[in-house]
Amino acid sequence: MSGKTSKSLSATIAEHPFMHGLDAKFIQLVSNKAVQRSYERGEMLFKEGETADKFFLVLQGKVALELARPEKDRLTIETVGDGEVVGWSWMVPPFRWSFDARALKSTQVIALDAELLRENLESNPKDGYNFLLRLLPVVGNRLENTRLQLMDVYGV
Amino acid sequence: MASEKASASSSVPNPFVLTPYIIEKRSAETADTTTLVMVPANGGQIPAFKPGQFNMLYSHGVGEAAISVSGDPKKRDKLTHTIRAVGKITNALTSLEPGSVVGVRGPYGVSWPMEEMKHHDVVVVGGGLGLAPLRPALYDLINNRSQYERIEVMYGARSPKDIVYNDEIQRWRAIQDWRFQVTVDAAGREWYGDVGVVTTRIPDARFDPKNTVALVCGPDIMMKFVIQSLTGRGIPDDRIYVSLERNMKCAVGFCGHCQYGPIFVCRDGPVFKYSDIKSFMFAKEV
Repeated sequence: MSGKTSKSLSATIAEHPFMHGLDAKFIQLVSNKAVQRSYERGEMLFKEGETADKFFLVLQGKVALELARPEKDRLTIETVGDGEVVGWSWMVPPFRWSFDARALKSTQVIALDAELLRENLESNPKDGYNFLLRLLPVVGNRLENTRLQLMDVYGV
Repeated sequence: MASEKASASSSVPNPFVLTPYIIEKRSAETADTTTLVMVPANGGQIPAFKPGQFNMLYSHGVGEAAISVSGDPKKRDKLTHTIRAVGKITNALTSLEPGSVVGVRGPYGVSWPMEEMKHHDVVVVGGGLGLAPLRPALYDLINNRSQYERIEVMYGARSPKDIVYNDEIQRWRAIQDWRFQVTVDAAGREWYGDVGVVTTRIPDARFDPKNTVALVCGPDIMMKFVIQSLTGRGIPDDRIYVSLERNMKCAVGFCGHCQYGPIFVCRDGPVFKYSDIKSFMFAKEV
């Protein structure tokens, strides 16, 4: 993994599909502790049980969300790619990741600082609401996709 | 334009007469799915067929099953069918070795609307073995690429080991002027491709909904959610085509085994315009 900061990071954040259109001042505020990172294939973004202290905006690449199973290989339950986001465990206590996240190929992300993000969501309710309006469909879509996976649609 | 209806009586002299074919090659696609490549026992060409049509395959002493043709419509020297072993007849067919004889009658049924698709964006969504009836359409798209606008193909399977036509899919994915995406519902660490249901590929697919024709084939429940996603992107119901699988016996609309509401799947389908069957396709009882 490698990381870097840049003066233009807030501009890159503002262009990310998830953040695009949010208030410029809000983006500037949450960009303060943001870091751009690169992961090579196989590198972990985070591991299950670790503190969820980042919100990842995927710029380019592919990330697998993996679930550990006792006495079995890890199971990939979803992949996330260009323009998508990884993780919402940082939003709700106990702020611990529920899955592993591993890069499946060379991946560039921006990691937003979760504590700063929470503070700004709380102190800027309008921006916070707009942010949640974007995050909720992500959560909802993943819940729906999980339901479809549970239905085992190709097995019927 | 309506989907292309091929008259059984015109393409087949006697729809109940079997023609013997010899299995030239069999290849395992997955643990329960096998592709048979067959040649006419008496030599010559196979009957012309259109993408999406099916044949009745007869395993001697066991019975007949309706199976979509899965080969290239341009190649008239061999007949290709991909069969999942789910019952007595399909188990018998998939157990046959090269050199065995299979009775074939057909082709039957309504095909994918290849003519209507010309000069349109094309979206193809297949799930599981649903890729088999779509494969002739994919060959046709490749063979006549310049006649179509953007092409997006999305294929979903339960797991990497359930992907059919694996080697061919690798070649298809390398084609530059279309996009072929593969996703599985779950995978181990050996898989570096996409994971997630096939509907997750649709939001990012590149097409103009006002100028798109979509082909969908897979289990009914998968098609239900795919259609929801496609209509959600703005593709009208009458530009979405689905292929239905039902228990077909006579294949020419006489016996009624495949009756589904007001339609006979063998005669009126298996390819349908979604708008024509929408009222009962996902009804709890038909």
